[in-house]
Amino acid sequence: MHHGARPRSFYVLASVFAIFVVFLYGPMLTVILLAFQGPDGGLTFPMNGVSLHWFADIFQPQSIGDIWGSFSRSIWLGLMVMVLTVVIAFAAGLAFRRRFKGSGVLFYIVIASLIMPSIVVSLGIGSMFEFLGIPRTWWSSGLGAHLTWTLPFGLLIMFAVFNRFDPAYEEAARDLGASGWQTIRYVVLPIVAPSLVGVALFGFTLSYDEISRTSQSVGPLNTLPLELQAMQTNVTTPVIYALGAYTTALSLIVIGICLSLVAMVRRRRRKHGSDAGMGMV
Amino acid sequence: MDRSRPWITYLQATPLSLVFLVFFVVPIAMVVVVSFFDYQAYDILIPDFTFVNYEDVFTANVTYQTYWITLKFCLTVWAITLALGFTIAYFLAFHVRTVTMQIVLFLLCTIPFWTSIVIRMIAWIPLLGRNGLINNALVGTGIVHEPLEWLLFSEFAVIVGYVHLYTLFMIVPIFNSMMRIDRRLLEAAVDGGATGWQTVRHVIIPLSKPGIAIGSIFVIAMVMGDFVTVNVLGGGQIASIGKMIATELSYLQFPPAAASAMVLMGLVIVLIALLMRFADVRKEL
Repeated sequence: MHHGARPRSFYVLASVFAIFVVFLYGPMLTVILLAFQGPDGGLTFPMNGVSLHWFADIFQPQSIGDIWGSFSRSIWLGLMVMVLTVVIAFAAGLAFRRRFKGSGVLFYIVIASLIMPSIVVSLGIGSMFEFLGIPRTWWSSGLGAHLTWTLPFGLLIMFAVFNRFDPAYEEAARDLGASGWQTIRYVVLPIVAPSLVGVALFGFTLSYDEISRTSQSVGPLNTLPLELQAMQTNVTTPVIYALGAYTTALSLIVIGICLSLVAMVRRRRRKHGSDAGMGMV
Repeated sequence: MDRSRPWITYLQATPLSLVFLVFFVVPIAMVVVVSFFDYQAYDILIPDFTFVNYEDVFTANVTYQTYWITLKFCLTVWAITLALGFTIAYFLAFHVRTVTMQIVLFLLCTIPFWTSIVIRMIAWIPLLGRNGLINNALVGTGIVHEPLEWLLFSEFAVIVGYVHLYTLFMIVPIFNSMMRIDRRLLEAAVDGGATGWQTVRHVIIPLSKPGIAIGSIFVIAMVMGDFVTVNVLGGGQIASIGKMIATELSYLQFPPAAASAMVLMGLVIVLIALLMRFADVRKEL
């Protein structure tokens, strides 16, 4: 099936795919286009001139919404969630390679968290803090709420990684006298490092974009998605589109950095090849 | 592997267990407990054991309407994302010939997901609105004489938003299942005289079932609990279960919200238990 002319079904399916891509990108491109509205332009077409007015306007004090405060909270929260997700998921991934008491229950709890409607989780965390009289903040209850969302993904990725991991490497390390910690640090960790970058990326973006689980757990200070949702009903200028364009660009830069990191590691590995017999670096 | 001590395994699993105990198991138990609580305007949690909240849920007409509309969204979106997701996964898995091209096309599908969900939903407004691009195009070409009113802030807009957000969650697991299908089976089917459609129907669909089940679980769970999309694209008129709970919470009515949440949770569990019979999640990774 990998040779010869394309069947007719290929062209039908390719057009479906193309239409889907247009459907995916249409709204995003509209937002970016409208962000370039002239100073008198409105929220919809037609374009009233072309300018960078709204991109600059974001940096002016806003009458509605706390864009920069919520933005920096979202970034910090995303980074904290990212680090915790990588560390906790990696450790749990190691644990889950063996049967331990309660491993089945723990696994089902994690999966349950993934498919539990987010509003329910959010409500639960909110009422727990309320009941205990602990004030809700984005870095305590908010952080916990995000972890219930990012960790299931992190753990599933670690499962996929360790299912394909050849334990012979570890056995070899141990036969050569490496301690348990050394085996993890010098053998397991370098091998799974690119996947951990993937977990980190997932952790950050899931957190950065989270809104449902955050809604009841965040406390008085909003994260960016919640602030945007609140602004959406009140803002009447294209400044919100400019913000959308900025955040999209930011995400693309983060992804770009991560992908090139992975590519760099891969290239280095290919160049150096096996380092068997070269001693410990 | 067997030489290392078992306590290390427990140590490695401890952080995960703690996070889910504190931020998932206890909170969900809290929802169960709070659903029996009483409440007042300035005292949002009064310990009690009352069924009033449940009575309110089951006696209100609006509850049934809300559940009906949520289930309708759920089924419609599930059918559309499944058909679309399967078609696209099939195209990527069996018609795209090189791995590089598969990766490129996949990335093409994921890039829009790096834009904030809220922005992605707001983005539909200038497209679907009364003076939006689509209405302008339709009026401009003379297909309709008046701008269509039902494009935005309607059930239609909500469904478009869902399909836009969730189709990828269907594509990924189905694609994953398809990539595991032994290509020799397809050749055998062709050699046995099966038409292309018969191969899809009798070989590929049965072998993709686990992926279809996982994608369906994702989509159903997300649509059932959603309130953001309904909020932004549904306008003020449409209420889903999630939005109903969110509205109660915005008035700080925790106990009735918890009772609604319990009913929602039960419904989602039933739907997903049905789907789980088709897939073993852990085997699929």
